[in-house]
Amino acid sequence: MFETINYQVHNNIAWITMNRPDKLNAFIGQMNKEVQQAVKQANGEESVRCLVITGEGRAFCSGQDLSEVNEDTNLGDIIRSNYGPMIKEIARCDKPIVAALNGVAAGAGMSLALACDFRIASEKASMVEAFIHVGLIPDAGNLYYLPRLVGHAKALELAILGEKITAAEAKEFGLVTRVVPEASLETEVTQFAERLASMPTKAIQLIKRNLKESWTMELDEYLEKEAQGQRIAGLTADYKEGVEAFLQKRKPEFVGK
Amino acid sequence: MSDFTFIRTSVKDQVASIQLDRPKVLNALNRGMVTEVITAMEMFDRSDDVKVMMLSGKGRAFAAGADIDEMAGDGPIDFEMNNPFADWDRIAKVKKPVICAVHGFALGGGFELALACDMIFAADTAAFGFPEVNIGVMPGAGGTQRLTKLLGKPQALEWLWTGDKMSARKAYDYGVVTRLTAPELLFEETEAFARRLVKQPPLSLRLIKEAVDKAVDHPLDEGMQLERKNFYLLFASEDQKEGMNAFLEKRRPDFKGK
Repeated sequence: MFETINYQVHNNIAWITMNRPDKLNAFIGQMNKEVQQAVKQANGEESVRCLVITGEGRAFCSGQDLSEVNEDTNLGDIIRSNYGPMIKEIARCDKPIVAALNGVAAGAGMSLALACDFRIASEKASMVEAFIHVGLIPDAGNLYYLPRLVGHAKALELAILGEKITAAEAKEFGLVTRVVPEASLETEVTQFAERLASMPTKAIQLIKRNLKESWTMELDEYLEKEAQGQRIAGLTADYKEGVEAFLQKRKPEFVGK
Repeated sequence: MSDFTFIRTSVKDQVASIQLDRPKVLNALNRGMVTEVITAMEMFDRSDDVKVMMLSGKGRAFAAGADIDEMAGDGPIDFEMNNPFADWDRIAKVKKPVICAVHGFALGGGFELALACDMIFAADTAAFGFPEVNIGVMPGAGGTQRLTKLLGKPQALEWLWTGDKMSARKAYDYGVVTRLTAPELLFEETEAFARRLVKQPPLSLRLIKEAVDKAVDHPLDEGMQLERKNFYLLFASEDQKEGMNAFLEKRRPDFKGK
């Protein structure tokens, strides 16, 4: 059913692999829509407890496919119809999303990585704020997430200078969670995703939700949000299991409910 | 207790619950359902066992709109003769507090039904809207009137002309929604608020509602006169004596609703 991506579920993990390797997985409108649909589907599937987004071949994603735009294209409309809905779907996703950076993440490809919850990079991977080099601004939520990850000053520097960011630099700036050898990326990502998939899924959802809200709420309003979050977490089977396991001095087995 | 087809009702500790119960069609409002909702409200309004009412929808949404199949073939004369919106006018006459809990969607007639209640509590993931314009009609059960009273003309026109969906957050910012909750806790939080009202003196709640409704639709002076009369009237109640005595005696009042 998908043509520009692969979608598979293994061991409670939904793998979304952008699959236009001969174009370095550049975005065309269809791929925006398919990533969006896949994230929605994974979020709705009860068995899925973690998502991984990665790219087939040499690149993670090289950004917008320029063969799809010409001088008559209204770039604002591309954001409204293609990128905006995809980024909003990712933001709506309750489950943890890992970006597995197998190669370059340029332009909107970098933005996609920033919109995920975790980034695990191959040591060969890199990120580039390519937009400035063609006279454009970082899009697909890029400038929204970037300062939240690296702070305002660094975000400004990266976005305006547009220099290639190596995996090691990305780690240093706080852009990625972990850098791993190229050969072991898949193993490392699988292990990391499996770990997330065996954690209390509802609590992860509530943490994501509250962290997001913390940027827009006053303390009083946030604390009410927190009270509701803890009330919800306290109703889960995983909370019960966690406390029981603690008292019985054993490892908890969380079921994500 | 219900002999109803399209809704379910229950009463627990003086809070009555009315739940729209056509989840397969996202609680699309047909005329029978609206009649049952107002019938239940009027029944609870007269019941000594009920102090506060909650209205909610079963399934994925509060109510996704009116039942289009039911009206698609109607002509203006059918509407005039059936007078299907007359039931809606009766909702505004209910005297006890009615709190609406909205999750998923409240669209078209669903939004109008929510607006006809005294307050809306919403899941922060809910969305509201008047999509009638997209099928060549417009709201017919109070949408243009109640939304405009809350938002003012330019904002109301934008939503009514475009048919766009309003997020719960946006509705909260406009004052359409009184309280936002996590979706998981919508019914719990709504009920908690209803329980709080159960402890308040019912006659005060009732006469306050009447005065506030007056403020929405009448000139200030008329509202002031009614407010004054209602204020005087409460001095005929036992609860006024109990409330003031408790205050003076520094204890909690025990209201009887008399």
